[in-house]
Amino acid sequence: MPNVKGLQVNGADRATDAHPDRSLLSVLRDDLGLTGAKYGCGEGRCGACTVLVDGRAIRSCQSRVETVAGKPIRTVEGLAAGEKLHPVQAALLDAGAMQCGYCTPGMVMSAVALLEQHPEPTRDDIVAAMNGNICRCGTYGRLVVAIEAAAKAMKGGAK
Amino acid sequence: MTPHLDGIVIEPERYELIEAIAESEWTRRQFFGITGAGLIVALLAGDEAAAQQPQRGGQRGGGGPPEIGGWVHIGADGAVTAYSGKVEVGQNVRTSLAQAVADELRVPYQSVKIVLADTALVPFDAGTFGSRSTPAMAPQLRRAAAAAREALLDLAAEKSKAERATLSAADGKVSGPGGKPSYTYGDLTQGQKLMKVIGGDVPTTTADKWTVAGTSAPKANGRDIVTGGHKYTSDVTRPGMVFGKVLRPKKLKSKLVSVDTRAAEAAPGVTVVRDGDLVGVVAPTEYTAAEAVKLIKAEWDAPAQVSAKDLFQHLKDKAGRGGGGGGRGGGGGTRGSIEDGLKAADKKVTATYTVAYIAHVPLEPRAAVAEWADGKLTVWTGTQRPFGVRDDLARALGVAADKVRVIVPDTGSGYGGKHTVATATEAAILARKVGKPVKLVWTREEEFTWAYFRPAGLIDVTAGAKADGTLTVWDFHNYNSGGSSLASPYAVPNHRAEFHPTDSPLAQGSYRALAATANTFARESAMDELAHAVGLDPLAFRLKNLGDAAPQKRLKAVLEAAAKQFGWGKGKPTEGHGYGLAAGTEKGSFVASVAEVAVDRKAKNPVRVVRVVTAFECGAVVNPDHLKNQIEGAVVMGLGGALFEHVDFDNGEILNPTLGDYRVPRFRDAPILETVLLDRKELPSEGAGETPIIAVAPAVANAVFQATGERLRAMPLVPNGWPK
Repeated sequence: MPNVKGLQVNGADRATDAHPDRSLLSVLRDDLGLTGAKYGCGEGRCGACTVLVDGRAIRSCQSRVETVAGKPIRTVEGLAAGEKLHPVQAALLDAGAMQCGYCTPGMVMSAVALLEQHPEPTRDDIVAAMNGNICRCGTYGRLVVAIEAAAKAMKGGAK
Repeated sequence: MTPHLDGIVIEPERYELIEAIAESEWTRRQFFGITGAGLIVALLAGDEAAAQQPQRGGQRGGGGPPEIGGWVHIGADGAVTAYSGKVEVGQNVRTSLAQAVADELRVPYQSVKIVLADTALVPFDAGTFGSRSTPAMAPQLRRAAAAAREALLDLAAEKSKAERATLSAADGKVSGPGGKPSYTYGDLTQGQKLMKVIGGDVPTTTADKWTVAGTSAPKANGRDIVTGGHKYTSDVTRPGMVFGKVLRPKKLKSKLVSVDTRAAEAAPGVTVVRDGDLVGVVAPTEYTAAEAVKLIKAEWDAPAQVSAKDLFQHLKDKAGRGGGGGGRGGGGGTRGSIEDGLKAADKKVTATYTVAYIAHVPLEPRAAVAEWADGKLTVWTGTQRPFGVRDDLARALGVAADKVRVIVPDTGSGYGGKHTVATATEAAILARKVGKPVKLVWTREEEFTWAYFRPAGLIDVTAGAKADGTLTVWDFHNYNSGGSSLASPYAVPNHRAEFHPTDSPLAQGSYRALAATANTFARESAMDELAHAVGLDPLAFRLKNLGDAAPQKRLKAVLEAAAKQFGWGKGKPTEGHGYGLAAGTEKGSFVASVAEVAVDRKAKNPVRVVRVVTAFECGAVVNPDHLKNQIEGAVVMGLGGALFEHVDFDNGEILNPTLGDYRVPRFRDAPILETVLLDRKELPSEGAGETPIIAVAPAVANAVFQATGERLRAMPLVPNGWPK
């Protein structure tokens, strides 16, 4: 199999030269310098590596880079418009929904995927959609509050 | 202070007695070399550190030169920077220290830069553990900042010839009446190289007059976190950096017998490194390094090792032998006579409680980037002991400590789990051999297997009370888990609490709140059993046995506050539900937790925690929102150890080293959380990151008892469904 020569990340074509079996996570982090997505477990069970591919939240540690070539990839670095944070980012800050912050980029991306697909989630919807993301510092309650606030903000056109 | 109640002083865990080496080589020139011109106020912390931390201070010996605890710099541009050896691991120390400095210097806290945990830039610090940052470091920086403010007033008086008493500092300026004169701090420090070294006797603003501390200032670098911009150790890159990977045996304590690395060496771009029992590879990508390690054939020899099923018998059998990990043996204070106390008791409880090994599972696994240049080593790593790691690295690599620089980026959590140096040493060895910077990030499986655990323990309790509920006797024996919160905080005339070191089959060490969780679980469970035995409400029974000594009154206050918020005694739980409460004290702060659980014995997850109310008192509150966040987080983390977290192991092999097999709390496990803060502005601020975890498990266990009539005496309570 040939190396993967490019990825479409945050709306830009980025040149790569990556072994097809490498994880999307490692190519984003080590080749493209997009270190927002984190390694947490390598088994797809903590969600720290979450990015969006075709608008869906995926675990980039479990995705071979070959399988996402040519597809639109969004990472946490692509969310804010200049100084203006995405409503999910702003809501997490407002709610103080973090401690060490290592899980935060994955939380943000999972929440963005949820709200883009379900703009008016119930609390149960949020818990179900986010259950694959671990915050070892235990800020789950604040994260739920933040995602509810973000849903409201996005509905209000505060995009 | 050491945890102490009624004159009982408890030995701290040995793994907190980290050898401290006094630093004396700092010169004025070095200070200004780091900071640039301006005004520096440095605090001599030797006396204070010794006074506040008797054990650690004692380790250094009395004859050493005084140490600098922290310093504050006002730059020629008026910028305020404070330097401290603490690390940020999510406890928001970067924010709380900035608040203390801002309070004294009368500047917005956002404008205060806090430089942490870079051994080339900051004063020596033994480490970030034991909840010392708030009670010890914040007051030090506060004193330095207060002295800096006074020095600025002196400079302004000198410059303007105005009466000093008419000048005041506010908003980064020194001004006189009606705004004349008016100098920015930069106006006063420009072109200066002033250094002032102060002792501990500088007056500071009392908590009732705080304007910045005491408020819910948002997290200092929150924006970097939500945008993915913050660089953790695992995000650090260096020019020419390559990736390392270390070969691991299947079993713990293995010795390398033979190794064949030919296939790995033949892989393109791969360098194999051999250094004693360390066999590793270095490659241009992490993937190539991981693939290359798979090509190495090695034979290992491992001794027969104790398995989980035999653990508690082993701990008891080996008591008194070996060091264990829990520190020196000894008592938590003996008074009265156990025999007399037993005779005086109308009701007795004798029970054994156990606590499993659990893992810290910091979401950022151990990681290090090591770079050699001109015989000097720089290592970026996530650790709670930057100076300890520096000294350990120097020893391991055979270089002088001043040739090693350790930089700790704000880290993806620790919970007491990041005290060791292995990852940094491995990266440094690999980097030296290949002559390039090397990044080494442990996999989750390595993190679960090759780090260390919270000690397992077995606790025997014999306790008795008169028919009216007055405690007569308390006899408490902890095997292996440690001496924190060993002594009962309740008033009991005949008391013995002993810690028995033994032989731990697994590597063990610090964990959030140390053994206070195990000891509080056993004590508060036994208190509940005794309350039921004498037919008293568990809250009334506890209150009855708390007297007028200050710590007992503080414990009483949190119990009453938690009970009130919960509505304790105001109604019965619904079918299948139960309420339970527990309380404790550790690290100078006080906590009570009240839990509601729903139990379905046949379910895969038989215990669901519905609601937890926590009342917490740690003296004067520095940042109410961050304190609440710490409490909520501690409760959620505590639920894992209470309900299901446990390390399973068999003859040297960890059987559940993945997040698929080792369960940690998730969104679905999080209960409704309510916190009540008791702000005691007249009392010194104590650390708060640890203690809120200690009463969670017993509150849950006591609630399970109320729901089912069954007493679960092992943590975790329901590791694999309802216990058989």
